[in-house]
Formats: sequence, structure tokens, C-alpha cells
Amino acid sequence: MEEDDVQRAVRRIAHEIVERNKGAAELVLVGIRTRGVPLSNRIATAIREIEGVEVPVGRLDITLYRDDLHTLEQPVVRETYLPPDIDGRQVVIVDDVLFTGRSVRAAMDAIIDFGRPASIQLAVLVDRGHRELPIRADYVGKNVPTSREEEVKVALREVDGEDGVFIGYQG
Amino acid sequence: MASLPDLLIRGARVVDPFRGTDEGMDLLVSRGRVAELGKGIPAEGREVIDAEGMIVAPGFLDIHVHLREPGREDEETLESGLAAALRGGFTAVCCMPNTDPPLDNAALVEEMALKAAKLGLADLFIVGCVTRGRQGRELAEMGLMHLSRARVRAFSDDGDGIEDAGLMRRALEYVSGFGGVIVSHPEDRGLSRGGQVNEGEVSFALGLRGIPALAEEVMVARDLLLAGETGARLHLAHLSTARSLHMVREAKSRGLRVTAEATPHHLVLSERDIRDYDTVYKVNPPLRTPEDVRELRQALTDGTVDAIATDHAPHAPEEKEREFEYAPFGVVGMESAFPVLYTELVERGELPLMRLLDLLTRGPAEVMGLQAPEYGGGIEVGCRADLVLLETGREWVMDAGAFASKGRNCPFHGRKVKGRVAFTLKNGRVAFAAAGRGGEGVG
Amino acid sequence: MAVKGHLLDVDDLRREDLERILETARSFSEVLRRPIKKVPSLRGKTVVNLFYEPSTRTRLSFEVAAKRLSADVLNFTASASSVEKGESLKDTALTLRAMGVDAVIIRHPVAGAPCLLRRWLDVTVINAGDGMHAHPTQALLDLFTMRERLGDMEGATIAYVGDILHSRVARSGMKACRAAGMRVVAVAPPTLMPPAVPDYVEVSHSFDAVIPRCDVIYMLRIQKERQQEARFPSLEEYARLYQLDKERLRKAKPGVVVMHPGPMNRGVEISSEVADAPHAAITAQVSAGVAVRMAVLFLLLGGGEGGGVLA
Repeated sequence: MEEDDVQRAVRRIAHEIVERNKGAAELVLVGIRTRGVPLSNRIATAIREIEGVEVPVGRLDITLYRDDLHTLEQPVVRETYLPPDIDGRQVVIVDDVLFTGRSVRAAMDAIIDFGRPASIQLAVLVDRGHRELPIRADYVGKNVPTSREEEVKVALREVDGEDGVFIGYQG
Repeated sequence: MASLPDLLIRGARVVDPFRGTDEGMDLLVSRGRVAELGKGIPAEGREVIDAEGMIVAPGFLDIHVHLREPGREDEETLESGLAAALRGGFTAVCCMPNTDPPLDNAALVEEMALKAAKLGLADLFIVGCVTRGRQGRELAEMGLMHLSRARVRAFSDDGDGIEDAGLMRRALEYVSGFGGVIVSHPEDRGLSRGGQVNEGEVSFALGLRGIPALAEEVMVARDLLLAGETGARLHLAHLSTARSLHMVREAKSRGLRVTAEATPHHLVLSERDIRDYDTVYKVNPPLRTPEDVRELRQALTDGTVDAIATDHAPHAPEEKEREFEYAPFGVVGMESAFPVLYTELVERGELPLMRLLDLLTRGPAEVMGLQAPEYGGGIEVGCRADLVLLETGREWVMDAGAFASKGRNCPFHGRKVKGRVAFTLKNGRVAFAAAGRGGEGVG
Repeated sequence: MAVKGHLLDVDDLRREDLERILETARSFSEVLRRPIKKVPSLRGKTVVNLFYEPSTRTRLSFEVAAKRLSADVLNFTASASSVEKGESLKDTALTLRAMGVDAVIIRHPVAGAPCLLRRWLDVTVINAGDGMHAHPTQALLDLFTMRERLGDMEGATIAYVGDILHSRVARSGMKACRAAGMRVVAVAPPTLMPPAVPDYVEVSHSFDAVIPRCDVIYMLRIQKERQQEARFPSLEEYARLYQLDKERLRKAKPGVVVMHPGPMNRGVEISSEVADAPHAAITAQVSAGVAVRMAVLFLLLGGGEGGGVLA
């Protein structure tokens, strides 16, 4: 995916979110650190352009909820911010890549600790398959069939200085 | 003993601090005594120890050991302690009376002396209590202990200082009547109470209460004044601070009849060696500063210190393997003394071999007023063959696990040393032979 | 069971470890403001509170911290006197090892006990205060509290006031403050000053002379036993010379932060008005305690096997 493809995908996801939720009034976007955060901001901007509504955006660090902590050399816990009172809202988790589904599971657990949303939905820029949990995305920018060994890397201007999706082999 | 074959020690370097001689020769041991000294003594029909490269010296005398009998036979017995002595090259030791019950009466010291004699290991000289029950209140029957078959001539409440200056004065006066010695454990409890290590940087860093140098010095000063006044024989045990040594040096220069001892651990270790709250470094007096260690070594050279004594203090492992504050003070020392002292002092050129051996033989004998045939006199034809054969030059590793002592609380365990006791002869018999020298253990 | 290193004193920590703990603690202070103040990070881990000294505050703080990380917490409390007669520390260590716990938090009246425990036990050991030696989590939470109040601490001046000699809080605290680039002053009568303070600590016997230049005034608890040891003649005299009261506080900088490790002797080392004044960060210290201890537990127990997050 090139820069334009990324931006188009963001706009399309924004449209779908608004459509599915019949407007943006009850929406809350929550980006999973690191790249889910700028993505959620972009989606919020797109929704404002479409609907003229300011959607609250949160950022979530899922380190404390991960089930693979023991595999990390040095776990780093970053700030989490969720908009106050998510009870009864439509919460959309935003992440860059959907792979095994474990990050999303952790994010859902975290969000539920903050309140009781009416629903939790999932938006990702890339779905690369190979799920290990019964999780699927509600909004997908692009399906990228990969082998397990391949590495999918999403680059975003805010973090990496450029936009794009790259596929390579580990090592 | 007559059945023993003659033993020829061939080609040894015979160093005799009593006579001040140091020469290479053969030495023939027969019927428990030195029968002949000279070069080229024929070997036929005799057992031979090839002592080429070894040093032969009079067996050592340790004037400060704790043998724990009676009362704590789980920690040491006369048998294990006197075997440890032989293993360390000591053919005679003086044991301190802080046992349970304390050695404060003629009957008890006599019983202990006879028991030790029957063992046929190292010779035992008993130090009796100064005060009854070591309570620091009334004098023990020192005269009767002296007249007993134990022939006690030195008295001490070691483990505790005698707090009451008046009582200390009377003790000094009283023993001067029969030529006795008072061995002072210089420690003012008012200054040392609750202390665990030397007071200063290290006590602060470890968060342990300190024992100030002053705790020792205050009592050294007092005892020197009292000794000066009474003219009695005072011996100061385990000195550890520079200022104590200055005071002793000054007193000696005035002609005072005072003697002093230093321990191997205070000569080799400082407070900076205390690591990880390892209680093996917990001793009283505490390990002091590197400056104190330097002064102590200087005092060996200039004669301020008369004797090296180990303050051998075995403790049960379960008592030592615990929180620093709860563990008892003390290290075992007899079996590590020579190797460690040789390595740290002689090998490094800080002290001549002759002086080290002097501090382990003639010096301590003088402190205790011991003379041949009880102990000492040097190596000459007709003397009792209580000898030590020393090996130097190769590297060994100190292994407390191999000690004959029941104590394992040795701060030198695992240390590389360059000297060791190869053989100890007691009454002409090989009482100890090191590993690789025809055995390991007491024969 | 991953051994992730230990926390026995502040000097176990490199500067970057210190920063990491404070940063992580900040994240946890956010967790503590959530409606559900519990995260699953240490699920399945077992942490033992081994307390040989009665200290409800520290024990509870560690217990809450561990529970908010979803660890299982076992409390073992014993009075030192009964322990001296009963099971030895070594045997207790062997028992804990056999039970397969992941970390032991130890409070002990005698210096060095955590160090011995580390030798006998192959799991994470955290020192919750040992004798007069060290109290690293207190030092960390104090640093955290100061940073929240002062921002950058580089060059700021802290005065520790009171029984420096017997205080593990001061011993660890002074090291931590130094690591954070602060100037450290120790204020006490000569009888409550250690025999040798490190070079970086300025010594003063006059509280009044030091007050005006302090950014932080750290009052230490004074124990009545010290009077029996002839460290000072009476609590009244001590209070006159070393109590932080309204009069003295008036001479301090307006933004001065007043701290105390608790429990306070109101009317002895600190007056009630000062303890309750807005300058006092004493309750902030208590809440920082949970966040900082969560951070320490998380960093020591949360990561992978083999690699120690903390030195």
C-alpha cells in the first residue's frame, strides 16, 4: 500500500463506521499503542469531515493485559487514556495490523475494566490472517494474505515519517 | 615410644627462633627427642622424611583458643580442638575459660588438664577465670588453680572485659604474688554494646551498629595504667586498633611488663572485606580499617606485638548461618594461621620468616612464661621433638571442609595460599601429615 | 518461575532503572484512578509478604500493589522475638523455595536479612526495610512524590531531619536523591548523626539555619528509646530544636515540600498544623507507595526469563 492507499482506506473505514452506527454521536475511538493511536486520530478527523462531529479518542497501552509478558525482555508500560464514561457508548478499537487477535483480546479486557460499552467494534488497516482467537474485524482497510513467517509492517507519518504497508521476511 | 623407629629429617632448613639460627641440616629424631643435628646423618635403618625445600621449626604455640569443652561439645571438644592444633602446626595451645561452666576452679581445670593429657594430641595449657563464674564481681580462686596439677599461670575473663577497675587492680596485684599473668580482653561494654562491626563508614553503609575503636582503647589505657601501678604482668589479647598499639608501644618504652597479641584475621582482613552480610566476618573485636591493619603489621615488626594468637572460636553452622546481628562473634583460626600469615606477610616481603616463626613460638611462650620442658627452648640435641615441617612456594587452596576442628567459620576458606604445614611432630611422632605427604589427618 | 533480579537497595539500580521505575509508576498511578483498579499482568504469580516486623502500612501497600497486578499474595507475619527462638530465616527460605513462590517481599528488624534470603532462595527478593540498612521502595516513592511536586529535581535541596543514625529511610533516600541530582543535607544533633556520612551529604546541627534553602524538608520519625540511650535529654528538648512547626515552616521557601515516611509522632518531630498543611505531601507519599510498588513488582516479575529488568 502506498501513501494514497492508506489515506483512502482510512476515509472508507470512517464512512463505514458512521454508517454502521447510524451517525457518530455515541462513538468513542480507542487506538492501541503505538500505531493504532495516530490511525484513530485520522479516523476521527475523517468522521469530523463527514459528520461534523468531534469523536472522543482514547489511547490504550495493552502491556499490562498481554498474555505473553514472559516473552518480553523489558516490558515498557506507557500511558493509557480513555475518555471519561464509556458506558453505553459504541467503542471502536483501532489498530494497524490484525494478526493473531491477542492484542485485540487484551484491548477488550482493558476497555471492559474502564466501563460497560454498548458494543465494542474493531477497525484495522491491515488484516493479515492467522487468527489464534475467535476474533474478526468489523472494518478492514485491506486484506493482505501472508504466510506466518512474513512480517507485515505498517508505517505512519506520525511515527515513522511516511505512510505505507510493507511485507518482508523476518531475519 | 621406644618402639618407634628413628626418624631422619633430611635436608631441611632448620629455623629456630629461640636460638636465632637458620641453617640447612639433617635432624635425627629418636625416642621422642632430637638425637642428632648435623649434615650427612646416615639414613640406614631409619625412616626418612625428605625435607629438601622444607622449613623445620619448633612446634607452634597458640595462646588464645576456645575449645568449647565443657558445655558446647557440639562446637568443639578437647579432642577435635587439639587435633586441629596439630593440623595447624601448633604442638601446644592455651585455652580460654569461657566455657559452660567456666573454668574458674581448681577441680575443673585439673580435670580438663588430665583429660587433655590422656588424648596425646597437642599440649594444653589452661587459662583460668579471673572472676568467679566470669561474673566480674569477685575473684576466682586463682592461687588454687595455679597450685593444681593444671599449673594455671594465666587468667582471663576473655569474652568480656573486666568492667570494674577496682577489681581489675586487685586481680593484677593478687596474681603478681605468684608470677601469674592477667590476660585482658579490652572491651568497654558501655561503648561497644549492640555493636556488630567497626564503627565508621562500613557500619553506616551496612546499617549495623558500630563498635568504636574507643571501646578497646579506653580499656587498654586503663589496664596499662593499672599494670604500671601494680607492677603486675598484663597481657592484652587481640589488639585491633592503631591507637591501642601506640599506647602499648609507649608503655613498653617505659619498661612496663606488658605484652600484646594480634590475630591472623586482624592482620589480614579489614572491615572492607565484609561482604553480603556474611557472618564469617563477624568477630570481636571487629575487623578494623586498612590503616589499623597496617599499624598492626608494623607492630609485629617493631616488637610492640609479642605473639600471634588465633582466637580460634568455632561455632555451630546453624548459629553462624543467620542474620548478622543474631550470629555469634568468632572465626576458627588454627588450621589457617600459618598458610595465611606466610602468604600475606612473608611471601609479600612484609615480615621476615624468622620473625613470623618467632611470633608463633618464642613470643607466645614468653607471654605465658612457659619454658622447656613444658614448651619451648628451641631445637637442640635432647629437646623434645615437637616440631613442624613447613612447605612453601606452591599454591594451595584453603579448604575449611577438611579442618579437624568442628568449626567451619573460617574467613579464609577458598583463599589461595602459598604455604602449608606438611608435618607436625609431637613427641617425635608424626602427628599430622598433609595430603600428598603420606596422609591427611592425625596419625 | 523467572528470576528477574532483586531490589535490596537503591544502589542496585542504575540511573536508567530508576527512570524506568518512576515512569512505570506514573502509568500505574493512572491505573489506580480507573474504576477497576486491577490489571491481569501478574496473574498466576505468587508473592509472599514475609514480615518480621509489624508494619501494617508497608505490608498493606505491597499487598494492594500485588493484588492490583492480579498476583496471589501470601502473608507471613512473625514477631522477631518468636522467630529468634523458632524457625531460622534459612529454614523459612528453604520452605518458601519448596513452595515455588515467585517473589518474596521481606521486612526484617535486622540489617542484611534480605541479602541472606537472596543467597538461600532463587526467586526475586524485594527489601521492604531491613534494620537500619535500607528501604528502597520508600526511597523510590519519595522520589516519585518529589517529582510530581517539583518537576525537575536536578539541583534541588533536600534536608533529612532527625534520627539519621538509625534511619533506613534516610540511608536509602539520600542515595536516591543523589542519583536524581539533588543536594542532600542531613540535620540532626551530633548524637543522632552517623559516625561517617558519605561525602555528598552536607551535615548540619542547626535546623533553623538550613530551612530557608530547602526545596524539600524530610522529617524522620524519632523513637522514644533513643532518649534512654542518652542520644538526647528529653523529647521536649528535641522538639524545641528539631520539630517542624508553623514558626519554622514560615522561614521556608513558599513552595517547600514537607515529607514524612509515617507513622508520624505529631507534636514531636512534626506539629499537627504542619502535618496537615498544604505543603505536606505525606498522603501523596502513601498513594505513590502503591503505584511505585506496582512498578517494582511488575518490572521484576513481569518480563521474560533470564533478562533482569533491574540490575
